[in-house]
Amino acid sequence: MFASRRQDATNPWWASSRTGGIALLALVIALAPLAISNNYFYDVAIIVGLNAIVCVGLNLLIGYAGQISLGHAGFVGLGAYGSALLASRYGWPPLAALVAATAGVALLAFVVGRPILRLHGHYLAMATLGLGIIVSIVISTEDGLTGGPDGMPVPPLALFGLVVQGERTWYWVVGGCLLLAVWLAQNLIESPIGRALRALHTSEIAAEVAGIDSARHKLMVFVVSAVFAAVAGGLTAFYAGFITPAKASFLHSIELVTMVVFGGMASTFGAVVGAAILTVLPQVLTLLKDYEMVVFGALMMFTMIFLPLGVVPTLAGYWRRGAR
Amino acid sequence: MDSQWTQFLAGGLTAGSVYALVALGYSIIFNASRVINFAQGEFVMIGGMSAVSLVATGVPMPIAVAGAVVIASIVGLLLEKLAVERAPRADVVTLIIITIGASIFLRGLAQLVWDKAIHPLPPFSGDQPIAVLGATIVPQSLWVLGAMVVIVAALSWFFGRTLLGKAMLATSHNRLAAQLVGIDVAKVLFASFGLAAALGAIAGVLIAPITFTSYDVGVMLGLKGFAAAILGGLGSFAGAIVGGLVLGLLESLSAGYVSSAYKDVVAFLIMLVVLFFRPRGILGALQSVRV
Amino acid sequence: MAVICKARVSMLVAAIAFSGAICAVVPASAQEPIRIGAFLSVTGPAAFLGDPEQKTLEMYIERINAAGGVTGRKLQLVVYDDGGDADKARTFTKRLLEQDKVDIIVGGSTTGTTMAAVPLVEQAQVPLVSLAGAVVIVEPTKKWVFKTPHTDRMACEKIFADMRGRKLTKVALISGAGGFDKSMRGECLKVAGKYGVDIVADESYGAADTDMTAQLTKIKGTPSVQAVLNCGFGQGPAIVTKNYKQLGLTTPLYQSHGVASKEFIKLAGDAAEGVRLPAAALLVADILPESDAQKPVVVAYKRDYEAKYKSDVSTFGGHAYDGLMLAVDAIKRAGGTDKAKLRDALESTRGYIGTAGVVNMSSADHMGLDLTAFRMLEVRNGGWVLVKETAM
Repeated sequence: MFASRRQDATNPWWASSRTGGIALLALVIALAPLAISNNYFYDVAIIVGLNAIVCVGLNLLIGYAGQISLGHAGFVGLGAYGSALLASRYGWPPLAALVAATAGVALLAFVVGRPILRLHGHYLAMATLGLGIIVSIVISTEDGLTGGPDGMPVPPLALFGLVVQGERTWYWVVGGCLLLAVWLAQNLIESPIGRALRALHTSEIAAEVAGIDSARHKLMVFVVSAVFAAVAGGLTAFYAGFITPAKASFLHSIELVTMVVFGGMASTFGAVVGAAILTVLPQVLTLLKDYEMVVFGALMMFTMIFLPLGVVPTLAGYWRRGAR
Repeated sequence: MDSQWTQFLAGGLTAGSVYALVALGYSIIFNASRVINFAQGEFVMIGGMSAVSLVATGVPMPIAVAGAVVIASIVGLLLEKLAVERAPRADVVTLIIITIGASIFLRGLAQLVWDKAIHPLPPFSGDQPIAVLGATIVPQSLWVLGAMVVIVAALSWFFGRTLLGKAMLATSHNRLAAQLVGIDVAKVLFASFGLAAALGAIAGVLIAPITFTSYDVGVMLGLKGFAAAILGGLGSFAGAIVGGLVLGLLESLSAGYVSSAYKDVVAFLIMLVVLFFRPRGILGALQSVRV
Repeated sequence: MAVICKARVSMLVAAIAFSGAICAVVPASAQEPIRIGAFLSVTGPAAFLGDPEQKTLEMYIERINAAGGVTGRKLQLVVYDDGGDADKARTFTKRLLEQDKVDIIVGGSTTGTTMAAVPLVEQAQVPLVSLAGAVVIVEPTKKWVFKTPHTDRMACEKIFADMRGRKLTKVALISGAGGFDKSMRGECLKVAGKYGVDIVADESYGAADTDMTAQLTKIKGTPSVQAVLNCGFGQGPAIVTKNYKQLGLTTPLYQSHGVASKEFIKLAGDAAEGVRLPAAALLVADILPESDAQKPVVVAYKRDYEAKYKSDVSTFGGHAYDGLMLAVDAIKRAGGTDKAKLRDALESTRGYIGTAGVVNMSSADHMGLDLTAFRMLEVRNGGWVLVKETAM
């Protein structure tokens, strides 16, 4: 399923986008702590990483396969609550809880994905939206199980007997997971499945004519993106030690889609950049207080109108044109 | 026990009429441009909040209502001119993000222009409940239902008898053909936004005496109005009305007979069911895709 | 070549964006002032709470500084808006503790945001004075966490005591979907038996619901209902009240302290006549008897707030006032901002008179109010009147 280890014929391994890009990302992750002076910055970096994991998965769905999901926060929330409930209420070991919750979300995405992905465009958008909202309402209403709108506490993550605590440790855990996520995504993109997805994006009917089973491919990328979201959700739950239904809210879904589209669709690193910028922005915008919503909305509109490809591909385009 | 279901019916019809008006706004814009305007709910909010401000300055109610509708229409026209028109070749995802961004922007603006509090609007003709078939309704509900009937009649006249209305209808059937016969499609789009905003504002003003208004009423109403539009058939005006009323009734009946805690889920569940099994809705036309 | 550029460019952008963002978040560097941190829900669904809280904190810190500060040092307020989101509240709390290095935190407008911050302040050992309602904040008692508002359990007890006095024992509950609503409903179900109250119906409505006639019709149809209690917050209770009148329900209606405000009467209109609810003395500042210990404090706060902000005073702003003044009082008694001494001073607060009531904290009670701090009010002629207390 994944691409073979055969090297790219024209570029050496350190220059190809897959390994070169990942190497750069690893470098940034390794060197960033030099600029970090206290736990607050680590916290922001961790949140950036967790959002980036979701966005990398969502980007596969939106950017490469050309679909849309306005309810992905639902998967994040389910991953978070699934892990939290299994670990706290039923006493499962946290890692097992995370794996089980992710498997559950994958199953749900598989079951729901088939009928949903038969839809296109606005209809698909609204169906995913409806799904996301139903998930968030159910989580919020079943307060006997989930603690309701006020949320529930989550026990810490323990890996092989060692408790994962503290911002510094979590930074490396999340950094590692992000690298893994990017590597998986890049492998998928450069495999035959990735090419099939891009064909789908251009024209589903033409792809079908060429022999690609579009329904199966769409379902697969939907499930993969749901898995990324669930893992990120579970990790967030263990890191914060506390979760609320806001994790699964419509607003959060919109934030995620904005990160992907802003950073650059059909660009894994674009998704990471988008997550970074839009997670850090509200921290910077605290200076603006009441104007935050106005600025955020204006930013969304502005980016889509003037930079429809997203920040990274547009900048890369300028670079390419300049280098010529 | 007997009068219970008539009460559920009355509540459902009132809420349903508001959903119908919001759904009409979606259908009008969708017809002109295949755009789903996620900011439709904000027009409802702007209508209600503007009316509250105008009434607070001492203006008599009818003028306040008219003023609110005008303000919302202007906002709708500005939205089209400054945002939607600048992205003519945008694909579905881009357009969705633009209109979502617009709705967030308008909500943030409303926070600044007005405030974050909840505001009542005086009812048009008093508050005395009226007993009808074992149920009680407030006079404002009659205004809502009546306005909906009037608007439906006015729109049929508009689309059937006026040149602009016929142009909008033609554009919704086949955009290219409409352009070929000389219809200025850009102007049709412009007018659609204004009209949809006006409808939203009317809904907002009508409902504010019953449900109050605040800077974020638009969110849920917009989503449920959209569910109603899908239920009735996106793009069909009769469908918008039918969808809205049916949705309101189903919500009310399920709250009464099944579970009141999950009332909100009903709208979205219905929408999902419709999308899965009959995406064109109750009255929508079959969509064909040209390759 | 182009492919490499794309990856390189994106990394460059990411690095620039990240470092730029870090530089933009400039830390305060002065050591002298007393730093009071706050994370409040100024926007979002709990703006009703956070907005007056922020205004109150800003106004009084300005006044205190104008009068010379506390122990000779000026107060500096660092406030962040969490929008009602617990995750943002957690990040902002971390920012307050690590970046802004505050001495004490007054905040958490809602229970969700407060609970997200609790583990952080416990670990950092910085006192937190919460402005949120649920009893779970101080029960079990956490060493560094205090709160100023009455708990929702106290509200239930006050209401049930009043019902018992009026011989109302069969009660229907109707509550909203929010955290406040559900928490209070849970507490009411727990303490009902203690007051001989039987819950015969239990309906709920959604956060943005605009019509509760269906739920109320079901309650109307329940034969033995003698009173209805609405555990709600925001616009829901006002709509419930209006629907109540519309349906011609005559059984007594009780609301929660979450709607103890002039706003509620304005929204519900005539339908609010006869509605009872528990509230802080602040709401009836003007009609309190002269002998009431709280009168000077609440009258002064009301007068100052309304003069400056030209809007009605709110009990939530009052909680922020209490939080700030308790902190200042504790700083004075501790003689400085040593965190451990500050915490001990807070815990030993005795006889402090605030807008919520008379505060007597102890190591087992980090809220310090008892049932007398709540007054039972009734709406009459569009205003509040005090209900005569029956023996509890």
